[in-house]
Amino acid sequence: MFDESDNVRKINIINRRLFIITAAKILVFFGLTSRLFSLQVKQNNKYLTLSDKNRIRESKLHPVRGEFRDYFGNVIAGNNEVYQLHIIPEQVEDFRYITLRLKNILNLSEREFQKIHKKRKKIKGWETIVVSDNLTWEQFSKVNNYLHELIGVKTVLSISRIYPFNENYTHVLGYVSQANERDIIDNENIKEKFVPGIRVGKTGLEKTFENVLLGENDIQRFEVNAYGRKISQLNYQKGSKGQDLNLTIDTEIQKLCTELLKDKAGSICVMDIFSGEIIAMQSSPSFDPNLFLFGINQDDWQLIRNNPMKPLLNKTINGRYSPGSTIKPIVALSALENEVINPEFTVHCKGHKHPLELYGQTYHCWKKEGHGFVNLREGMKQSCDTYFYEISRRLGVDRLSETAKKFGLGEKVFGELFENEKKGLVPNTIWKKNALGQSWVLGETIITGIGQGFIQTTPIQLCLMTAQIANGGYKIYPKIVLNNDQQYLDKYKPLFKNSKNIKIIQKAMFSSTNEVRGTSYKSRIDDPKYQFAGKTGTAQVKRITEKDRELDLKTFEIPYEERDHALYVAFGPYKNPRYATSIIIEHGGSGGTTAAPIAKKLFKLIIDRHKLRQSVKEKKYLDI
Amino acid sequence: MSLNNFSHELTLFQKIKNYDFILLFCILILGITSIFTMYSTDGGEVLFHTKSHFIKFSIFFPMMIVLSFINIKYWHAGSYLFYVLILGLLVWVALYGVTASGSRRWINLYFLNLQPSELMKIAVILCLAKFFHRIRTTSANSFTSILVSLTIIIIPSILVITQPDLGTAILISFSGLIILWFSGLRIKYFIYSFLIFITSLPFIISFLKPYQKLRILTFINPERDPLGSGYQIIQSKIAVGSGGITGKGFLKGTQSYLDFLPEKHTDFIFTLFSEEFGFVGSILLLLLYSIIIYRIIRAGLISRSFFSRLFCFGFSFAIFLYVATNISMVLGLLPTVGSPLPIMSYGGSSLLATMIGFSIVLSASINHRQNIS
Repeated sequence: MFDESDNVRKINIINRRLFIITAAKILVFFGLTSRLFSLQVKQNNKYLTLSDKNRIRESKLHPVRGEFRDYFGNVIAGNNEVYQLHIIPEQVEDFRYITLRLKNILNLSEREFQKIHKKRKKIKGWETIVVSDNLTWEQFSKVNNYLHELIGVKTVLSISRIYPFNENYTHVLGYVSQANERDIIDNENIKEKFVPGIRVGKTGLEKTFENVLLGENDIQRFEVNAYGRKISQLNYQKGSKGQDLNLTIDTEIQKLCTELLKDKAGSICVMDIFSGEIIAMQSSPSFDPNLFLFGINQDDWQLIRNNPMKPLLNKTINGRYSPGSTIKPIVALSALENEVINPEFTVHCKGHKHPLELYGQTYHCWKKEGHGFVNLREGMKQSCDTYFYEISRRLGVDRLSETAKKFGLGEKVFGELFENEKKGLVPNTIWKKNALGQSWVLGETIITGIGQGFIQTTPIQLCLMTAQIANGGYKIYPKIVLNNDQQYLDKYKPLFKNSKNIKIIQKAMFSSTNEVRGTSYKSRIDDPKYQFAGKTGTAQVKRITEKDRELDLKTFEIPYEERDHALYVAFGPYKNPRYATSIIIEHGGSGGTTAAPIAKKLFKLIIDRHKLRQSVKEKKYLDI
Repeated sequence: MSLNNFSHELTLFQKIKNYDFILLFCILILGITSIFTMYSTDGGEVLFHTKSHFIKFSIFFPMMIVLSFINIKYWHAGSYLFYVLILGLLVWVALYGVTASGSRRWINLYFLNLQPSELMKIAVILCLAKFFHRIRTTSANSFTSILVSLTIIIIPSILVITQPDLGTAILISFSGLIILWFSGLRIKYFIYSFLIFITSLPFIISFLKPYQKLRILTFINPERDPLGSGYQIIQSKIAVGSGGITGKGFLKGTQSYLDFLPEKHTDFIFTLFSEEFGFVGSILLLLLYSIIIYRIIRAGLISRSFFSRLFCFGFSFAIFLYVATNISMVLGLLPTVGSPLPIMSYGGSSLLATMIGFSIVLSASINHRQNIS
C-alpha cells in the first residue's frame, strides 16, 4: 500500500543523496580534467620527447677517415672501397642452408662459420650480420654469380683504410684496426662516434691525430616500432670527412730508405736542416699495415711479433743506441766552446801497446797501430779515440752534457707527437748521483767522450744534432706534419758561443768523408753538387775483452747479436748544406763500411729531388 | 487512486514525444567515435576489430531502440528473473566457461563469446532497484533488508572474483552498493564499513594473487619495472602526454601505431583517442559522457516510480564509475584493473550490457509517468 508521506521521505532521501553523488562526480571529472591538463598541456614537451625517444632510433654510419698525403700530395693512407657481405636473417628462408652455401662459395673456415651462427642467436631477425667485411674481387664476383639463389644475402659497398705504400710508412703513420674497449675508454671522441667495426689508429700518427682524422658520422634517423623494427627513414644527416693531413716526407726518398735497409735492422732519417722538415724516416724491418685492417691472422702476427729484428719497434724514435763516435763532433765542439782546447791541440796516440791508463783501467784506441800525433781535425777525420779520451778528460762530463743537451740529445725531439718516443740519456754527475746513488768516476767521462757508457741517443736525436751543426748552429724544431704550424719562440736561436767553432767542426766532418784516411773516405762523392760531410760511429754492444782484442775477428765471424752497431751522421751538400741524415744499422759492424755507403746512395737522390721540393714549396707560398 | 489515469498505455505518438532524443543522439555519436577510434587502432585499415565493433554496434543500437519501447513495468516485473538468469550464467561459466589468458569468463555462443559478468553489472542494479522499490524507508535499514541486499551483491561478486576478475567484481559491488546508498541506508553504515575496509586492507592484500600485488606496487611506482609491469602505464602516460592540446591527428598516434600501447582496443582505447585528439578531444569525450550521465539522471528525476529512479541513478553512477576508473587507470591515477570504457572499448558483452542499460533508461523516460505498484 502506498504511504504518501513515506514516498515523500523516500524522494527527499534519494534527491539529497543524488546531490551528494553528483557533487562527487563533478569533483572526479574535474580531477580527471586537471590530470589531462597537466599531462597534455603542462608536461607536453616532456612526454613528446619521451614519445620521440620511443619511436626514433638514430643509426650512426662509419665516418670517413681523413687521408694522409706526402709532401707532394700523393696519398699514403687513403680510403678504399671494399665489398662487404651482409645477411639479413629474417629474409632468409633456411638460414643453415644459406650459410652452408656461403661457406662453400667463400671458402669460410669452420670457425668463421660457427661465428656467424653464434651471432645469429644474439640478434633480432631484421638486424644485419656482416659475414665478411672485405671480399676479394674473386669472392665478390663468385657471390654475385649466385646472388639470385641466395635470398637475404647482399653485397654492400663500404669504405676502408688502405696504405698504398705498404711497409714504407708503417712506423710513421702506424696503422688502424678495429676499435677495442681500451680505445673507447681512452678517447671520448671515439666513444661518441663509435659504430661497430669502426677502425681507429693504434700507433703512430694515426693514433696521435685520431680526433682530427675521425670525421663526423652520417646519421640515419628511423622510425621504429615497439619491437625495434625499422618502419621508415625519417631523415639522413650527412657527416663530414675527417681532416686530411700532409706530411713533410718525400715518398721517393722514403722508398729508397726502405730499399737501403732491406734485410737489415736499423733506421734512416733525413731532415731539412733549416725548416726541420723530416724528408724520410724509416725503421727496418717494417711490416705491411694493411694486414691489420680486417684483423691480422695469427700466423702473420706471430711472424711479426717473434721476429728477432723487432719490426714493431720504430727504431728511429723508440730505439736507444750508444752514439759511438758520432758523438765526437759534439765532444769536440764542447771542448772548443769551453776553450779547453784549440784546434791545434795535439795528442799522441800510441796504439794498443801503450793504451791510456787511468787508475788501473786501460783505454784503447780502435786502431791497433795508433794514430801518432793527431790534432782536432785529424782526430775527427780518423776518429781517434785516444784524442777524445784526452779532451773529454779535460772537458769533464758536465760541460759535455750541457752542449749535448743544447743540440737536442737527451730529450724528446717530437714532444708528444709520437707516443713512446724515447728521451735517451745524456749522463752527468748529478744524474748519476740521483739515479744510481753513486759518484761519477773519471773513467766514465773518458768513455762518454767516445759515445759509450751511459749515454744513449735515438737516431732522430742524432739527425737533429747533425742538422743543427750543419745549419751553422741554430736551433730548429723537426716537424713531420705540414699542417701543424706550431710557433716556437726560440726557433733559430744560436746554440754556439762562437760561430767559428761550428765551422771548425763542419770542416772536420768534411775531412772525415772527403780526405784520405778519413773513416768514410770510400763513400765520398767528389761532385760538389752532391758532396757531403759526415761522421762514422761504431757502437759496441758488449765490452771488448782482452781476448777479443787478441782475436781481432772480422765482423762476419762474430755472432749477429754481438756485432757492433754501425752508425753514420752526415749533412750535404757540403757547400750550402740543406739536408742532414742519420743512419743506424744494428749489428752492422763498423760505421765506415756499413752505414756510410748508404749515405752515398741516399744523398744522390735527396739532392736530385731538392729542386722539385723547392718548386712545391714556392708554389705553396704563391697559393697564399 | 488519483494517479491511475496515467497508468494507461501510451500511444506511439506520445512515446515518441517522450523519447529522450538527446541521449539517443549522444549514444550514437559515441558509437560512431568508437568505430573511428577502432579503425585507428587497426592502423588505419578496416580489420577485425573495426569490422567486429561496427557489426556489434549496428546490431545493438537498433536493439536498444526496440527494447526501449518495452514498458518499464515489464522490466520491473522481470528484474528478479533477469538477475537469476545472469546468476545462472555465471554459475555455468564457473563450470563450463571458456578459458582465455588464465581466467574463465566467457560462454561460447558461436557468434559471440558472452561474458555474463558484464551483464551482471546491469542485473544487480535492476534487482536491487526492484528490491528497494517496495521497501519503506523505515524498513530499509532493517537487518533482513540489509542482509538480503548484501547477499544479492556478494553472490555474483564472489563468482566473478573466482573467475578471476577482480576489476569487474569491484564494479559489480559498487553498482550494487550505490543502490543501497540511494535507498536510504544510514550513512554511518557506509562510514563504518569504509573504516573496517581500511583497517582490514593489510589482510586483504595478503590474500591477493602475486600479479595483483605487483599491479598495486606498479601503480605506486611505475618506474620500478619500466619494461615489465610498469610498461603499460608508462607508455600510456607518454601517449596521452605527447598528444598535447590538439593531438597528433587522426591515424597519426605514433605510440599506438608503432605498437607501444598494449591493449589499445580494449582498456587503453582512451589513451589512443587522447593521443590522436589531444586535450581538446579528451575534454569533448568527457563532456559527451557527462551529457549522457546527466540525461540518465534526468530520466530518473522525472520518473514517478522509485524503481525507475533507483535504476537510473544507479546506472548513471555505474557509467560514471566505468568512465572514471578507466580514465584514471590509463592516466596512472589508479592501479591497472581491467575495466572497459563504456561503448568506446572493444568487447561485445560490455557493449550489450551498456545498451541494455540505456534501453531501460530510455524506457523510463518514455514511461516517466508510469506508476509501478
